[in-house]
Amino acid sequence: MSENTAVKTESVKPVSRKDMSKLQWTWKEMKKHKMGYVMIAPFFILFFIFTVVPVLLSMVLSFTSFNLLEWPKWLGFDNYLRLFLDDDIFLTAVKNTLIFAIVTGPVSYIMSLFVAWFINELSPRTRAIVTLIFYAPSISGAMYSIFSIFFSSDRYGYVNALLISLNIRTEPIQFFQDATYVMPLCIVVALWTSLGVTFLSFIAGLQTIDNSLYEAGAIDGIRNRWQELWYITLPTMRPQLLFGAVMAITGAFSFGGIVTALAGFPSVDYCAHTIMHHLEDYGGQRFEVGYSSAIATILFLMMIGSNMLIQKLLSKVGE
Amino acid sequence: MAKKLRVRNHKVVLNRSAGGDAGITIMLVILGAMMFLPMYFAVMQSFKPLDELWIFPPKFYVINPTIKNYSDLFKLMSTSWVPFSRYIFNTVLITVCGTFGNLALGSLAAYALAKIPFPGRNGMFKMVVLSLMFVSTITGVANFITMRFLGLIDNILAIIIPAFCSTLGLYLMKQFMESSVSDQVLESARLDGAGEFKVFWTIAMPMVKPAWLTLIVYSFQGLWNTGSSIYIQSEQWKTFNYAINQILSAGIVRAGASTAAMVIMMIVPVTVFVITQSNIIETMGTSGMKD
Repeated sequence: MSENTAVKTESVKPVSRKDMSKLQWTWKEMKKHKMGYVMIAPFFILFFIFTVVPVLLSMVLSFTSFNLLEWPKWLGFDNYLRLFLDDDIFLTAVKNTLIFAIVTGPVSYIMSLFVAWFINELSPRTRAIVTLIFYAPSISGAMYSIFSIFFSSDRYGYVNALLISLNIRTEPIQFFQDATYVMPLCIVVALWTSLGVTFLSFIAGLQTIDNSLYEAGAIDGIRNRWQELWYITLPTMRPQLLFGAVMAITGAFSFGGIVTALAGFPSVDYCAHTIMHHLEDYGGQRFEVGYSSAIATILFLMMIGSNMLIQKLLSKVGE
Repeated sequence: MAKKLRVRNHKVVLNRSAGGDAGITIMLVILGAMMFLPMYFAVMQSFKPLDELWIFPPKFYVINPTIKNYSDLFKLMSTSWVPFSRYIFNTVLITVCGTFGNLALGSLAAYALAKIPFPGRNGMFKMVVLSLMFVSTITGVANFITMRFLGLIDNILAIIIPAFCSTLGLYLMKQFMESSVSDQVLESARLDGAGEFKVFWTIAMPMVKPAWLTLIVYSFQGLWNTGSSIYIQSEQWKTFNYAINQILSAGIVRAGASTAAMVIMMIVPVTVFVITQSNIIETMGTSGMKD
């Protein structure tokens, strides 16, 4: 598009791009398309105020001690040293966050891909219904609280009732008060709610693949659906794979809410304490702004870093 | 030698073994049951009378369905600190204003990013993509300072205004515009003397109806579930979700009413999705990221 317009400019006015310095040319383009800036201004001014500036501000504040009342005091790396050397709960939170992310991210991503692939050949009406069944948990608000009835700690909970009536246990298990069960259960519930935007994006991506590609593939000697998936489907829908990965990773790092709803805050022995919880604790409740900014910065770097890594890996799919 | 091609749903289906079809069907049924059953139980639970909520072993179905849990919920609502309609009003206000602002600012910016080749637009779009890679919790503490500076603490605008610049809708709309609005049509309108705003409003917007529906749905889903927020302290500005969570946290005493509350919270977004599903899928078709 930009090249097209450049060509047009040249035909209207005799000045070509080569006669100008890069700066002059840019300035001319900027004036020519000044409406573009007018149109993005409202959105991007707010975007800067509420997203870009806060990220940078937290990075700066993470080197200070600040309680919202007095002027921030410069501390250097003290907050970070305190986090990694003195704050055992933070280290637990990092460990739990990584476990959550490493399990739920890939599993929900692969589940989204395979379910989307499974339902791709159903008739449109059936596909719409199946899509709804798989997608509904991710948009149904606090519906995951139903799991606290499922795994309720008395014998009226379904799981305990089953275990007791099968004589596997005599006493009900205190699912959300027992550190061995909390993490696995929260992961299961998180997976239940995790077929979201990624899933829809994959369904749509599969739909847009031209059937003639498959027909050509069959003639070229593709023998089964696995080969078809690897050699044709995945490379063709790589843009969706990349977008889906971003959504899946962001989701995988951020489900503190489910833990709080099921296991309470703080969870028993901090067994399911995540960085999100730690951030809420120091930022939202103790108002240690400098310290919580350091936590936020670490979480930010973890999320951006794993996104970059995965984008690199996925760009090799089918090559 | 021509290969024999199978046909299903008027499309050529290739390389499909019966065993594979069966395996996929079984997998789908198992996974589907796992996804569906919790929802089903929640709905069943919400129709159980009190004596059926506390029987051993618990039943997976209702014997004498009742709407008592729902009427209990509404009774509970009428005894809350501020009239319950106030919580609903707040949530509707946040959802409607936030979604409208996001749609207006987001589609304008999406049009400019997709269709006006101004210098710097690639950098702008890269920032939008980067913003999809982290959650807003990260900016929470710093935003609290900003809100205090702007004097918006305990003001519902502190929730509404940041919703205007949520980036997922902008991202999806920009991608959709890029592939489904043709440059020639826009260019000929410009040559006829139409200004950018007119081109945007009369030509581009009508062509991307699925995308703006998708933006509305995502903005709606996010804002509908707005719970307690660090910006809001007074009870009269709390949201429906917050009030529901208060009921949920009461536990055993209100076991019936709380499942009824969960079902009510679920019905609205799910219904919206059912109505808009085909449009959302169409928009998602262009959601891909280019390397």
